[in-house]
Amino acid sequence: MKFTLSWLKDHLDTDASLDQIVETLTMIGLEVESVDDKSQLKPFVIAKVVSAEQHPDADRLRVLRVDDGSGQLIQVVCGAPNARAGLIGAFAKPGTYIPGTGITLSVGKIRGVESHGMMCSERELQLSDEHNGIIELPEDAPVGQSFAEWAKLDDPVIEIGLTPNRPDCTSVHGIARDLAAAGLGKLKDGTVAPVPGKGVCPVDVVIEAPELCPGFGLRLVRGVKNGPSPKWLQQRLIAIGLRPINALVDITNYITFDRGRPLHVFDAAKVAGNLVIRRAKDGEKILALDGREYALTPENCVIADEKGVESIAGIMGGELSGCDESTTDVLIESALWSPLNIARTGRDLGIITDARYRFERGVDPEFAIPGLELATKMVLNLCGGEPTEIRAVGFKPFEPKVVKFPASEVKRLTGLDVPAEESHAILKRLGFEPLGEGEVVDVKVPSWRPDVDGKADLVEEVMRIHGVNRIEPQPMISKDSVSGKILTTAQIRTRMARRALAVRGMMEAVTWSFISEPQARLFAENRPLIKLANPIAADLSTMRPSLLPGLIAAAKRNGDRGFRDVALCEVAATYEGDRPEDQRRVAAGVRRGTARPEGQGRSWSGNVAPVDVFIAKADALAVLEACGVPAERVQIEAGGPSWYHPGRSGTLKMGPMVLATFGEFHPKLLEEMDVTGPICGFEVFLDAIPEPKARPTRTKPRLDLSPFQAVTRDFAFVVNRKVQAATVMRAAAAADKKLITGVTVFDVFEGEALGAGKKSIAIEVTVQPTDKTLTDEDFEALSKRIVDNVAKQTGGVLRA
Amino acid sequence: MMNDLDQLEKQLLDEIAAAGDEAALEAVRVSALGKKGSISEKLKMLGSMTPEERQTMGPVINGLKNRITDAITARRTELREAAIAARLERERVDVTLPVAKPAAERGRIHPISQVIDEITAIFGDLGFEIAEGPDIETDYYNFTALNFPEGHPAREMHDTFFLEPNAQGERKLLRTHTSPVQIRTMEAKKPPIRIVIPGKTYRADSDATHTPMFHQLEGLVIDKTANIANMKWVLTEFCKAYFEVSSLNMRFRPSFFPFTEPSLEVDIQCDRSRPGEVRFGEGNDWMEILGCGMVHPNVLRYGGLDPDEYQGFAWGMGIDRIAMLKYGMPDLRAFFDADVRWLEHYGFRPLDLPTLFGGLSS
Repeated sequence: MKFTLSWLKDHLDTDASLDQIVETLTMIGLEVESVDDKSQLKPFVIAKVVSAEQHPDADRLRVLRVDDGSGQLIQVVCGAPNARAGLIGAFAKPGTYIPGTGITLSVGKIRGVESHGMMCSERELQLSDEHNGIIELPEDAPVGQSFAEWAKLDDPVIEIGLTPNRPDCTSVHGIARDLAAAGLGKLKDGTVAPVPGKGVCPVDVVIEAPELCPGFGLRLVRGVKNGPSPKWLQQRLIAIGLRPINALVDITNYITFDRGRPLHVFDAAKVAGNLVIRRAKDGEKILALDGREYALTPENCVIADEKGVESIAGIMGGELSGCDESTTDVLIESALWSPLNIARTGRDLGIITDARYRFERGVDPEFAIPGLELATKMVLNLCGGEPTEIRAVGFKPFEPKVVKFPASEVKRLTGLDVPAEESHAILKRLGFEPLGEGEVVDVKVPSWRPDVDGKADLVEEVMRIHGVNRIEPQPMISKDSVSGKILTTAQIRTRMARRALAVRGMMEAVTWSFISEPQARLFAENRPLIKLANPIAADLSTMRPSLLPGLIAAAKRNGDRGFRDVALCEVAATYEGDRPEDQRRVAAGVRRGTARPEGQGRSWSGNVAPVDVFIAKADALAVLEACGVPAERVQIEAGGPSWYHPGRSGTLKMGPMVLATFGEFHPKLLEEMDVTGPICGFEVFLDAIPEPKARPTRTKPRLDLSPFQAVTRDFAFVVNRKVQAATVMRAAAAADKKLITGVTVFDVFEGEALGAGKKSIAIEVTVQPTDKTLTDEDFEALSKRIVDNVAKQTGGVLRA
Repeated sequence: MMNDLDQLEKQLLDEIAAAGDEAALEAVRVSALGKKGSISEKLKMLGSMTPEERQTMGPVINGLKNRITDAITARRTELREAAIAARLERERVDVTLPVAKPAAERGRIHPISQVIDEITAIFGDLGFEIAEGPDIETDYYNFTALNFPEGHPAREMHDTFFLEPNAQGERKLLRTHTSPVQIRTMEAKKPPIRIVIPGKTYRADSDATHTPMFHQLEGLVIDKTANIANMKWVLTEFCKAYFEVSSLNMRFRPSFFPFTEPSLEVDIQCDRSRPGEVRFGEGNDWMEILGCGMVHPNVLRYGGLDPDEYQGFAWGMGIDRIAMLKYGMPDLRAFFDADVRWLEHYGFRPLDLPTLFGGLSS
């Protein structure tokens, strides 16, 4: 919403400065977005061309001597066809910034003749598009005076960003009311006196869609003379960015801003028969005033005559019945429209107009007829003519809302101590009507404030006018104790997971929650896809069923930029359905190239190996450990979901619960995602990890340290290739659960010497005696048990 | 005899001096002092001497033995030193060769996660808990229960991402703000409520400062007294702590949101005169940072609370935005691109845990 300072002063009697007004507007909720104080126009002065002679070297240029009131004549080279002796215009000295060209003038030589300034066109001053000649002012224009001041172009333009709840401030009058309420002056009376008409309006109006049109007023003015509107009106419209058209149209635009009352004018000669307000027929078309044709549906409300649609109700009139210079009889419309329907129609048709802006917010129903009277008055003043009586159809009497308002609510909600009388006074200044006095009163809400429904709304009115600044910050009551743990287990695990992975050299990414449909399909495992109905792009169209596609794509992007060795992780949500419980919290990571925890790329000390399934496994286990799950308590199964290499992937479980999957990616998947390996990844399902048991004490279990030396013994078994190392380790450990405190694999080997389909697994067993030093016989017996157990569990034999 | 001994001593000392390593020296020792060594042989001769001769020769031969022994010891020490020196020289390496950076120094925490941790540290100290909610929401939680009227533009496809209708024909949506968690929290627990809600939010929008996915921080306080004065205090304290400045000028001005009444927007005074940098606590610019207000009575009712008994305030701010303001990232889109150069530069080391006792940022 834009307006000028002088326009505001038409409605507000005030001595306040521009700064005060701007500051107050923002602090009462009418946020000032910009102020154009027109200081750009200050350097231009009124000057007279004393002489104009032909340029010696250019046919189309003249050399002027200009009197700018400084006492010295200034030589100016000018190409304007109307430049001549005696002309009075607007002059700019060297050093002046010309808003219309964006250039700062300097002393120049044009075809060998020095030029010390410029006589300006309207376009150069951004007054209009006129550039056929320089500005010509009347003979009595005072030479030497500021042009902008004299022409009243120095009127500052203020733009406020209006919140959608304030239809009353789509008008200069409404803004003035708020400022007056805030103590910045006195609101001028806006009452409009009715204009008597002669005879009934000959055009009848039938409202067939009363749910879309709660009232329609129409009046014919005969014998008008339409033409350009007066300068002052044009200037105001130009100042707020509107293009003057002709007096009749300019009047409607003026009242739209002046009073927040959109109007429409029909050329009566072009309207056939009576008007019907109805829903459009499907496919019905209208050529609108913007020169475009719109196809309508029954969702749209129209004003039609016998020929068809003449106006898109409340949004834009039709080209065919519009007013122009030839209009002699004008029909002025002032109506009420359903805000919801206007908003929907405007959006559907993609039309943004000042009328729509107001109707969708809700215009003052009590000003429909006064607005029509005001328009009539202006038409008579500017264009003459003779009005008929007003035809008003469908209007119902306005019933004001009444809100029960305990004055103590202001203190309760804001902390401000405002006496009841003062609250009531503020409300009165805003047009509310407290019915009676005292602590609790009924308050009548004015017709222009459809946004006010309850007492909290009235508190806001009092607060913003009394002053938000006057609310002193007040500490909240603290708990009087040390703050305890505030995070849930899931939140703690989320944090631990991401830092555990970052400590392993991974970089945490945040990728889109939506990915492309083909990529989602690769990871959806036959679940239905969760698709957006209105994605902004095809590659952001489907809720991700896994974090891996986003991370793999990110690894690829980095590779394309020349960074092949990347380790990326993310701890975020995946979506397996559209219910809250289908959203899972997942920690995932992808490593590519040589991005291993110990380093990456080439090194003088030996090259880092490519990433593989075991790095992914270690990452997954690191997350689980960070989330309180010891690796020893996790069962490992070979194989994982379809996107992994079936022989180089695994699943980490606890009972039936899948905690994580990991592996190198399936070559087919890499092909589908257009990325090359080596690349591996993992996903840990943080929600699947059981809650830790509540512990009565933080004391750690007793630690018993054996005084006897721990000893290690090595064994190498030849087993079938399919036998898993974990089985061998478990079998060895089970030989004596008390004595054996550790089993690790230190060598795995396949070779012809072992025979086809065989491999050797070498383990180191740590033995920790607790009550005596073991004898050779003890060791022999233990070794035998280990060998026997492994043989029994795996068929493995001790390697000779 | 004496001449012989002088001769022997000279010869042995020459041999000791000439011994190039410990083995050669040992050979000299054996040749002199071993069982059949030249000096040992001389000592044996003492037995066959007359007492007088013994009296003279004993000390002489023993003296020789001691001198040779000392010479061998000295030479041995010398050789060992030399051997160690040689070994040290042999083992010399170029310590300027690069070593791998530790993983914990290479890894990075995304700025959004770090800022959420900073926020958590501050609000934890103020007695708030962290609440969360689903990204996929219903129209009820995202709009209706938050007092968005029918026909509100936010409810249109233009701004909000909708899912295709599910098997039950219901059309869910991606939450456009974290505010649905206000309702979910009110449904789940009775006041007093003090929560902050960090989370992902979605709007159909894309340019340098808007991405279709972004992060919001919602706050909600509900009890029987919480008012705008308290809200001003909480938000001022938060902004001071978060931006790590001792004083901050904030401007609260009336505004409008469907789910709060009264509603306010908050600007922070700042200096934007340096390109790419915003300084708070100085300057003459105002920068909008958050929206807030008293929870609308209808929202309290939707949450199952009586607005005449309970009251409270709520606010919302962009996490990505306050991260950009504090740490100076110029473009929001880069947050979601996973460019390792960006992550390395703007990300945080995994061991940099934001705490109030150690400072939020280092």
